[in-house]
Amino acid sequence: MVTPPKLHIEQLSIRFGDLVALHAVSLAIHAREIIGVIGPANSGKTSFLRAINRMNELHPAYQRTGTIALDGEEIHAMRDVAALRRRVGMVFALPVPLPMSIAQNVLYAPQLVRRLARSAAEAIVERSLTAASLWEEVKDRLHDSAMKLSGGQQQRLCIARTLALEPEVILFDEPCSGLDPISTAKVEEAMVQLKQHYTLVLVTNNTKQAARVADRTALFLMGELIECDDTKRLFTAPRDARTEAYISGRFG
Amino acid sequence: MEILVRISGFASILFVALIFLFLIKEGIRLFGTVTPWAFLSGRSWYPISTPPQFGALPLIIGSLYVTLGALVIAVPLSLASAFYIAEVARGARKELLKSTIELLAAIPSVVIGFIGMTVLAPWVRQLFHLPTGLTALTGAMTLAFMAAPTIISITEDAITAVPRAYREGALALGATRWQTMYRILLPAAAPGIVAAVMLGIGRVIGETMAVMMVTGNASVIPTSLLQPVRTLTATIAAEMGETVRGSDHYYALFAIGIVLFVITFIVNWCADFFLHRERR
Amino acid sequence: MRQGLLASPQARERLAFWLLRIALAIVLFPVLFILAYMVMRGAPGLTWEFLTAVPRSGMRAGGIFPAIIGTVYLVIGMLLVALPLGVFAAIYLSEYAHPSRWTRVIRLAIVNLAGVPSVVYGLFGLGFFVMFLRLGTSIAAGALTLAIMSLPIIITATEEALRSVPASFRQVAYSLGATRWQMVRTAVLPYALPGILTGAILGVSRAAGETAPILFTVAAFYLPRLPQSIFDPAMTLPYHLYVLATQIPNVPARVTYGTALVLVGLVILLNLAAIIIRAHFRRTRQW
Repeated sequence: MVTPPKLHIEQLSIRFGDLVALHAVSLAIHAREIIGVIGPANSGKTSFLRAINRMNELHPAYQRTGTIALDGEEIHAMRDVAALRRRVGMVFALPVPLPMSIAQNVLYAPQLVRRLARSAAEAIVERSLTAASLWEEVKDRLHDSAMKLSGGQQQRLCIARTLALEPEVILFDEPCSGLDPISTAKVEEAMVQLKQHYTLVLVTNNTKQAARVADRTALFLMGELIECDDTKRLFTAPRDARTEAYISGRFG
Repeated sequence: MEILVRISGFASILFVALIFLFLIKEGIRLFGTVTPWAFLSGRSWYPISTPPQFGALPLIIGSLYVTLGALVIAVPLSLASAFYIAEVARGARKELLKSTIELLAAIPSVVIGFIGMTVLAPWVRQLFHLPTGLTALTGAMTLAFMAAPTIISITEDAITAVPRAYREGALALGATRWQTMYRILLPAAAPGIVAAVMLGIGRVIGETMAVMMVTGNASVIPTSLLQPVRTLTATIAAEMGETVRGSDHYYALFAIGIVLFVITFIVNWCADFFLHRERR
Repeated sequence: MRQGLLASPQARERLAFWLLRIALAIVLFPVLFILAYMVMRGAPGLTWEFLTAVPRSGMRAGGIFPAIIGTVYLVIGMLLVALPLGVFAAIYLSEYAHPSRWTRVIRLAIVNLAGVPSVVYGLFGLGFFVMFLRLGTSIAAGALTLAIMSLPIIITATEEALRSVPASFRQVAYSLGATRWQMVRTAVLPYALPGILTGAILGVSRAAGETAPILFTVAAFYLPRLPQSIFDPAMTLPYHLYVLATQIPNVPARVTYGTALVLVGLVILLNLAAIIIRAHFRRTRQW
């Protein structure tokens, strides 16, 4: 018996009112891989990403055709959207720490589900911050305000925040765009560690980042999926002329 | 939880409708005895004579005199003050002035009426050699001070909302700040200013206590500003305590309420309209 | 020769600015003078006895304690109704509803509620709460009338406070699996509280000072004892001042001015508190 891919996107088309954001995209994402999604601005990458945790539905003019299956189950048929979002976490481009302590940030999501005993709460905080490669730096100041952290630390805190729910998939929407190279390196390092347990979808403007971190990479252009392949092969011997042009920087 | 939120959302509509409904419910019973036209144009308001007369014209004119008088005083002063605060005052002084205006707006009308009665009215009486200082003029002056904070703060908002580019363009062409003000800012902020004045009108027409305490409460059609008058609002407040529930007098006061509701509805709707035009 | 004086634009500007200053002075100084005058004539009356004793000899002596208590009860009653209703209504407009014809109607209704003259509220309170719902002349009727009157202030202040919370907080909450109500409760409301508080204080200040809405719905001039339940009538500060000033002869000045001073002092303190809170939170905001 063949196990279904972790995420199976089939003929996904997205419009916002009259604007077509994505056209007939089909893609299979495997468990515990990092798949990079690259492409110039307005290529539909973010709309694609936000379709996977149904965040596009917050937009009043959102229309979608096509299917997305998580472990074989159609996500749009799920009645509890909140439950889906607990299984599919998201990290945004700019770090958004909530104005509370570091520990409270991490515990925000689990506490929405149930009351936590103190020992359970502490365990979650340590586990999540460790998995996000932030524990060593903040373990002595868990009750300090999260706003005091540096940009890179804040972003890793945001990762820890989603990890607190132990999701299955984590979506990254250009997570390093606001960060300096050192912080970027730390976030990328965290992502590679996370691959052991989670499936990661990384949307990035930076092709070099995809080359560094992703197992497979998909190129989006003007709302369409042009090519998706093993990262090394995509970058050294792309099949499509447009892929070649984008990677060599002839447009962007 | 979501149901509670949705119901609360629609509560305001419910209340407006309810208010209007109850005004109509009681006020309309007057029109069994007196026609609406006779009510609005009748020149005599003698509710306790026999037979009682319910001509509201003196009250309408009383309100009109006081409102117009208040506007004549308040609008120029308020516009000038608003321009000063918005464009000339700076920094801490500006913040202080804005806070002071805000505090002014908060003073209860009964207090202003009290001061008007004890300080302003005797002064007016002496100044014009009148038998009493409780006149339409006194009312207009008192209400001008109540309308001014409203007009000032909304006008100030409107002036501040004019994009910097307008000012900088004018100044770059060599205009003085004053010239920029009256040639560029005033026209640009005009819709907001109109809205401010309309809201001021609304406040003045609806004012009850201050007016009751300083205008003398004579429900006759005045021939000059230096006579006592009676406004629509003061009539309701002064006479409701003495009416029998369910009498024609009672219904007549509700009928006045309908008139007030409609007038302020229109005025506030216009003000809102101009405010939104300005924001665009 | 003389016309050279006003010929230059700079000179005209100086003159114009002075005219503006004079206008502002005309607006401000009389009121500041009035306040000073009131303090002068009313301060002698502000004794501890004045604030805590009941009135005697036809209000001309003794204190105004029942009026203060009555006002306090009214305001608490008003808040109990208007605050939840107003905050939820604002949450609906800001977080739940999509802009539509209905939201425009709701906003129009709010604008209209804000513009209804206070005496018309009094009429409505009389017709609806006192007579139709048979609450009688009572704190309940007065508080409910004042609550509807305060609704626009609270809704507007709350909406503004909600809008000042960054949109990103909401996105984060949703992406972490919050339902809409959880999102509002945990990621928006806590950060809108200062603004909501300011709105509540301003609503209280207005309600405490209004006379017309309570004239026919709650106010009694002289009650032998304090109100025992919300169905009793009550004495209130603004109405007390009104009657002292207009209907009782030979009241010593320090009694009337003292009452006025207590009322104005209360209102100004409340507004100052609101201004300070607003400024403080604007400065210490972490986002």
